[in-house]
Amino acid sequence: MNSKNPLVRTVTLVLFWLVVAAVLFYVLFPFYWAIKTSLTSSARLSAEALQWVPSTLSFQNFRDVFTVAPFGRNLLNSVVVATGTVLLSLLLSVLAAYALGKFRFQGKTILMYLILAVSVFPQIAVLSGLYTMIQTFGLYNSWGGLILSYMIFTLPFTVWTLTAFVREIPTELEEAAYVDGASPLQTLFRVLLPVMTPALVTTGLLAFINAWNEFLFALTFTTDATAATVPPAIANFTGASQYESPFGLTMAASVIVTIPLIILVLVFQRNIVSGLTAGAVKG
Amino acid sequence: MTTPLPSRPTAAPARPGRGLQASRTRVALLLLVPMLLVLAAVAGYPLLRTIYLSFTEYNILTDPAPRWIGLGNYWFTTEDGVGLGVLQIPEWWQSVWNTVKFTVGSVLLETVLGLAFALIINSKIRGRGLMRTAILVPWAIPTVVSAQMWNWMYNDSFGIISSWGQSLGFLQAGESFLSNPDTALAALVAVDVWKTTPFMALLLLAGLQTIPDDMYEAADVDGANKWTQFWRLTLPLLTPALLVALIFRTLDALRVFDMPYIVKGNAPETITMSIYARQELILNSQFGFGSAISVLIFLIIMVFTAIYVTSLRVKFD
Repeated sequence: MNSKNPLVRTVTLVLFWLVVAAVLFYVLFPFYWAIKTSLTSSARLSAEALQWVPSTLSFQNFRDVFTVAPFGRNLLNSVVVATGTVLLSLLLSVLAAYALGKFRFQGKTILMYLILAVSVFPQIAVLSGLYTMIQTFGLYNSWGGLILSYMIFTLPFTVWTLTAFVREIPTELEEAAYVDGASPLQTLFRVLLPVMTPALVTTGLLAFINAWNEFLFALTFTTDATAATVPPAIANFTGASQYESPFGLTMAASVIVTIPLIILVLVFQRNIVSGLTAGAVKG
Repeated sequence: MTTPLPSRPTAAPARPGRGLQASRTRVALLLLVPMLLVLAAVAGYPLLRTIYLSFTEYNILTDPAPRWIGLGNYWFTTEDGVGLGVLQIPEWWQSVWNTVKFTVGSVLLETVLGLAFALIINSKIRGRGLMRTAILVPWAIPTVVSAQMWNWMYNDSFGIISSWGQSLGFLQAGESFLSNPDTALAALVAVDVWKTTPFMALLLLAGLQTIPDDMYEAADVDGANKWTQFWRLTLPLLTPALLVALIFRTLDALRVFDMPYIVKGNAPETITMSIYARQELILNSQFGFGSAISVLIFLIIMVFTAIYVTSLRVKFD
């Protein structure tokens, strides 16, 4: 693009913007198609499936998803499970991150390796063990069973990210509190936690998204709307009837769960990008 | 956990004696205990239990308890010469082969496309913020949702992609890339590429932004064109970020479950290792045999992780 010839420059620029437009189309088209489908009533779906713009807008799918399917209950389950998972992992990992980030003790490196190892556990490797454990404790098809099992992927992540952050906090802050006679827990909650708020928000948000999207455990450890979260619900919309394709309904449910996530992502864009890359590069 | 630990304002930090060190260690352990207990409960114990179950015969619906059979789930030949162990069963090797093809295909495409995206966003154009935001959309969409969205676009009679494929002559009428066993796996790779390329692009973008501008200015002065600059400057400096991203995606692809399961279920031409394990565990209730598959997957992932940790020389203080 640094050519002197104006014609070459224009052609390069046009080509470049064509590539940009192609990328944007590639990235956004499937999402547009889902929205379009969700706004087509099931009666017209087969006739209009291939039209780029719906002839009439219908919100029938959005009503049906709550009346025909127990999607409201699925949403509630997802909110409770994901929130519970995030709160519990943040609490446990704040304590652990303080110890790992600011204290010296033997075996710390091994511990960090162990936590890293857990974060790459394939979920399938613990499925049978967890299944029998959850049944033994009577946690099958319950919020508690899901929250507990989700710890396997949220906890290593929050511990790692928060430890990296705690390490960056100047030691002077902690020493000042120590001289003032604060106990370690007081130091943590009164002095360090306020400084950690941005890290807690970013880490919590990423953990929330992961818990919100989890499928394998939710599919395996729940049976009905009592505890089934949104992902297994959306996965099971298909195949209800051989002759009617419930894709309008599925797309409506998909749009409902995706819009809040996209808003969250747009609002916290910078934090998410830095959180993703920090976690990836460091761990 | 609520009782504050005894503090010692008298022992000044200026003289960190042995007593202080010991008390700091005790505090650290107490802070770690809750997290370690939970991890032991959700990761340690279940993993050990899975390993134990893999040495047993246990149909969870009909057997009262697991029955120890040693390595029988992994390798067992009947007197008639029929192989019953996982390692002797073609369906397992089919799932391994599918997973390998899926992993290689998706990771390669995601790396190339992700690098292209990252270079576009990193170039000083107007609207790069918009691009960065737009590519976050597929990342933010739950996997289940993207699986269903593509499922709909692949639909034999009403899918937009199938209709494109039919009008371009790639597909017969009423056929889709997904229903054709020869293209089904590639169709799944396409979904994964759409969903994960943005993540790759973000990782690579972070790497690109650490390369100082004056290196490019120096290259400009030396008269190197953009193409040379990319191969001689950008790529070598990007290698560490590239390596991290590659290994991350490889580990993810090797354990893939949700997307192919929702789009193609247990179909043999696309069954992955994790889908095969869950089929035996949950659908067929074979907790012993299924656990053996899980253990094999675990071993494969751990080998890759070991390579990852050693090749990158991950260090913590």
